[in-house]
Amino acid sequence: MSILIFAETWNGKLKKSSFEAISYAKKLSDNLDLKTFTLIFSKLDDSIKLIEEYGSDEIIKYDSIDLESIENDKLAHMMTKTAEKISAKHIIISNTSRGKSICSKIAIDTNSSLITNAIALPTEYKPINIKCKAFSSKAFSYYKSTSDKNVITILPNSVGCETKPSTAKITEGDLDLLNFESNTEILREEKNSSEISLTDAERVVSAGRGLKSPENWKMIEELANLINGGTACSKPVSDMGWRPHSEHVGQTGIAINPDLYIAVGISGAIQHLAGVSNSKKIVVINTDPEAPFFKSADYGIVGDAFEVIPKMIEEIKKIQD
Amino acid sequence: MEIVVCISVVPDTTSKINFTENNTKFDENGITFIINPFDEFCLTKAIFIKEQIGANITVLNVGGSKNDPVLRKSLAIGADKAVRIDAKNLDALTVSKHLSTYIKENNFDIIFCGKESIDYNGGKVPGFISAILNIPFANACVGMKIEGENVIVNNEIDNGIQICKSKKPIVIAGQKGLVEEKELKIPSMRGIMMARSKPLEIIHPKEEIKNNLDITEFKLPKGKSECKMIDSDNIPELISLLKNEAKVL
Repeated sequence: MSILIFAETWNGKLKKSSFEAISYAKKLSDNLDLKTFTLIFSKLDDSIKLIEEYGSDEIIKYDSIDLESIENDKLAHMMTKTAEKISAKHIIISNTSRGKSICSKIAIDTNSSLITNAIALPTEYKPINIKCKAFSSKAFSYYKSTSDKNVITILPNSVGCETKPSTAKITEGDLDLLNFESNTEILREEKNSSEISLTDAERVVSAGRGLKSPENWKMIEELANLINGGTACSKPVSDMGWRPHSEHVGQTGIAINPDLYIAVGISGAIQHLAGVSNSKKIVVINTDPEAPFFKSADYGIVGDAFEVIPKMIEEIKKIQD
Repeated sequence: MEIVVCISVVPDTTSKINFTENNTKFDENGITFIINPFDEFCLTKAIFIKEQIGANITVLNVGGSKNDPVLRKSLAIGADKAVRIDAKNLDALTVSKHLSTYIKENNFDIIFCGKESIDYNGGKVPGFISAILNIPFANACVGMKIEGENVIVNNEIDNGIQICKSKKPIVIAGQKGLVEEKELKIPSMRGIMMARSKPLEIIHPKEEIKNNLDITEFKLPKGKSECKMIDSDNIPELISLLKNEAKVL
C-alpha cells in the first residue's frame, strides 16, 4: 500500500505547488504508515534533489520525455497504471490547470473518490475527511470519503510545506505505460510573457479601473517584478481589453490565494472578493475611503495610486539594498 | 449538430452564504438561484454555433423542481429543449453518472459544461463525463471552433493557452473567453413567450446511484480583523509592517 504523488514541472523544474504536494503526502504517509512514490518528468538532477529534500521514499523518474508534450488523457492513463502497479491508496496532485484536467479521469479509472481543492491535512484518517475550499472562498466544506481509495488535489499555496530530507530510491519510469492512444492532439502552446503563474504566485499586484488607462500598468508591473509577484486585474479592466483575460481575478475569472495581495484602485465588489479573499494578507489602495474593499483588507491606504505606488517601489528598493 | 449544455443551478453571485442543521446544510432562505455563470458562457456559445451552422440545443440538469425556473430561463435565452433528471444531487460523481447516461443515449456532438460551479467549486463534473464516456475533454476552454468532424479548442493552462484538436463528440468545460461577457444572451420578450411552448422533459432515473463523498460540515471563514489604515504620506510604515508584522516581503 502506498501514496502516489504527481510532481508537476515547468520546463523540467519542479513547481512550488509540487513541493506542497510532496510535503502533504509525506505527512499523510506518516499518519497512515504508507510508502510514498513521487512521479516526475525531468532530466534535472536539481529537481530530484528537491523531491528528496521534501521527503519521498521512492522517485519514479521519466527523463527522456517533456511533460509539456503529453496529452492529459495519456498522463491520466499512465498515473492510473502506475497507481495500480504500486497499489496506491491515495493519489496526491496539485490543483493546477494540469491537475484539474487529469484528476477526474484518474479517479474514475482507479475507482477512487475525488476530493478537489484540499486546503489542509485530513481532520480524520479512517475514513478520510478533508477541509476544502467552497462557495468561492466564502465558506469551507469537509468531505468524508466513503471509498478506501482517494484522489486528492491540493490548492496551491494553502497547505504549506516543510522539508524532511531523506534519501529516495530512484527508479526509471516504465515507458510502456505511455503506450496509449490519446484522443487529443496538442497543436501548439502560446505562453504568457510572465514567468509567474497567478494560481501559484506568492505575491500578486492587481489593479482596477481606478488606474484610468492601460499605459498606467507600467508601475504595477514594476512593483510586481520588484517583489517577485504576478500582475492581475479586476473584471471591468479585462472586459475593456486593458489587460488579458488570463489576469482577471474574481468569481468568473481565476481564484488566487497568494501570501500578499495588493489591490490598487479596485473597489472590492463581492464578485471580486470571491477570487481573492483567500489571500493571506490584503493591502488596499484606493482614493475612496468608503471603498468596500477596506472592510476585507489587512492594511489600507486612502490615497492616489499615482503617488503611492512610486513611493512603495522606492521604499521596497531601499529595504532590498 | 446536437449540442447539450449541462446546467448547474447556483446561488446568485452576491449571495451571503449561511448554513443550517448544525452547519451541515446550505441555507437556501432568501437566496436567489441563477444559472451557474460558467454555464452561461457555454449556453451563449451554443447559440452562436446554432446561428452560424445550425444546431439543436438541449439544456440538461440534475435536481428537483426548484430548478425549473432556471431551465425555463435557459429556454428563453435560446435553448430548444430542457431536460431535468429528477434525482438527488448527492455529489459530483452521482450527478456526472446521471448526465452521462442521458448524454450517451442521445448522441450529442458537443457536450458543454461550465469549468466549475460557483457553489461547490469542485470542477469535477466535466472531467468525470469525459472519463465515463471515454471521449475527449477540453478543460478551462476559452475558445473553440468546429471543422468538420474535428473540434479545435483553446484551453487555458497555468502559463498560457494550449491549442488542441480532437474529434467529436467532445466535452468542453467552458468559461469566459468562449464568448465575451458583453456577448452573453439575455432573454428577450419574444424568447420568454416562445419558451412557454418549448419542451421541459423530466426524467425519473430507474436506478439509484451511490455517492462516494459526504459533506460532514460547512464552516464560514473567520472574520477579518480590523483593517490597519496607514497615512498615504507614511509609505515606509506600510513597507515595514508588510516586512516585519505580516512577514510577506
